[in-house]
Amino acid sequence: MLDYTSVQELCSEAEKRGLTISQVVLEDQAQQMERTQEDIFAEMEHRLTVMEEAVQAGLNPDLRSTSGLTGGDSAKLMDYAQTGGLTGSFFNRALARGMAVAEYNGAMGKIVAAPTAGSCGILPGTVVSLLQEGKCSRKEAVMALFTAGGIGMVIAQKASIAGAQGGCQAECGSASAMAAAALVELGGGSPTQAGHACAIALKNQMGLVCDPVAGLVEVPCIKRNISGIAIAFSAAELALAGIDSKIPVDECIQAMKQVGDSMPCALKETALGGLAATPTAYFLLKKESKQRKFQE
Amino acid sequence: MNVFDIIGPVMIGPSSSHTAGAVRLGRVAWKILGETATKAEIQLSGSFAQTYRGHGTDKALVAGIMGMHSDDERIRHSLELAEEQGLSVSFETVEIPDAHPNTARIQLTGQSGAKASIQGASIGGGNILVSEVNGLSVSFTGQYNTLMVLHYDKPGTIAAVTNFMAYSEVNIGNFRLSRPRKGGEAVMTIEVDGDVSDALMNSLKILPNIINVVLIRAI
Repeated sequence: MLDYTSVQELCSEAEKRGLTISQVVLEDQAQQMERTQEDIFAEMEHRLTVMEEAVQAGLNPDLRSTSGLTGGDSAKLMDYAQTGGLTGSFFNRALARGMAVAEYNGAMGKIVAAPTAGSCGILPGTVVSLLQEGKCSRKEAVMALFTAGGIGMVIAQKASIAGAQGGCQAECGSASAMAAAALVELGGGSPTQAGHACAIALKNQMGLVCDPVAGLVEVPCIKRNISGIAIAFSAAELALAGIDSKIPVDECIQAMKQVGDSMPCALKETALGGLAATPTAYFLLKKESKQRKFQE
Repeated sequence: MNVFDIIGPVMIGPSSSHTAGAVRLGRVAWKILGETATKAEIQLSGSFAQTYRGHGTDKALVAGIMGMHSDDERIRHSLELAEEQGLSVSFETVEIPDAHPNTARIQLTGQSGAKASIQGASIGGGNILVSEVNGLSVSFTGQYNTLMVLHYDKPGTIAAVTNFMAYSEVNIGNFRLSRPRKGGEAVMTIEVDGDVSDALMNSLKILPNIINVVLIRAI
């Protein structure tokens, strides 16, 4: 059985046996949970379905968060995507799907924490996009979530996936690294390439702080899901082009942990620093509490 | 940890600590009460007090008190549902010294007039730490299946409970007894590996000196 203490272990196990990372993780998890592979595949497929439903619900232009701060932007982005924008319709639609899920989360919608609620838009923006754009089969999309999950388990064990512990790099950064590995698998890349994509995504979000305005999972969290998707795609494209990360993935995870440990408390979900401490953030906080009093 | 802890849980947003964890705290209080609640007095401290409306912590706690799970889409409307079902709810923001930033105190009154209270914190990722039940100090996280055995402090009670667990081949990972005074009401908090069967629950409940047995399942 695997112990999920290094991504290298996952990659070499897969390479050695001529399997994908997802096949290795599915087989191992079935053993560890003492359930059949069919059974846990079905449970993962259900999670994919919840992601798809959240995309759909989040694209409602009238959606607003409980605080009233956010909502409705993903619908705008989806409209804009029709024009092709600067980078093409596919990419803009992928961003819109991820944003939809993150907005739906703020509106108390049903989502899959992946790995957390704050970063719940990144896997839908990437994996669900490939599925809905006809670039992979449903079975492949479900399997890609096992790849993402396997990588996430290593990061959770060796570093952290909580903003309060490691900053946003640990939440959106981890989600993006998980998505990058999943995308490489869906793009036909090797397990080793998936590891490189994971490393590249982590490197590009290293140091990102967790500074939620008014303490809510909305600003800047929703838009950080967007950058997490963009970074996942670019990391996957690099890896699929045969470009390696110079720093091995497990050392990137270790570095992320060290950066998280040395981050001051004010930048780890306490809403005392970063964007949460800007004049506009204080203004929004005041407005929100005024609204609260008004409702009372 | 398994793959569904990472790709999951399926939950109602926006925050695993302020929403999903809050549902679980509410549910623990409801389970300890053991019947439908008609009155809930809720005190919020720290970050819970600051951001409870924006995060829907109020709705989440009430949903839990009504027996909902953290993926129930009715959570969003739980305050209205509570009103319809005759559950009166009050919120108060307080300072609890030395408490975790996300701490709530919940006091429930049930249909029969029974009362139950808990104090607990949502400590991240939907995990909780319950520190007080009916005024008795306890400590459990909800990461393991946890049995709370409310009983009278009489000789042989603990042995009887653990014996029954041994017969059912349930392994104890952590055991804590809280007993404010000799011979009075006491509570065992027992974290176990694996599942606890209904049969075991039923046999524990009818043991002498047992007031109530509550199973809080792991996430």
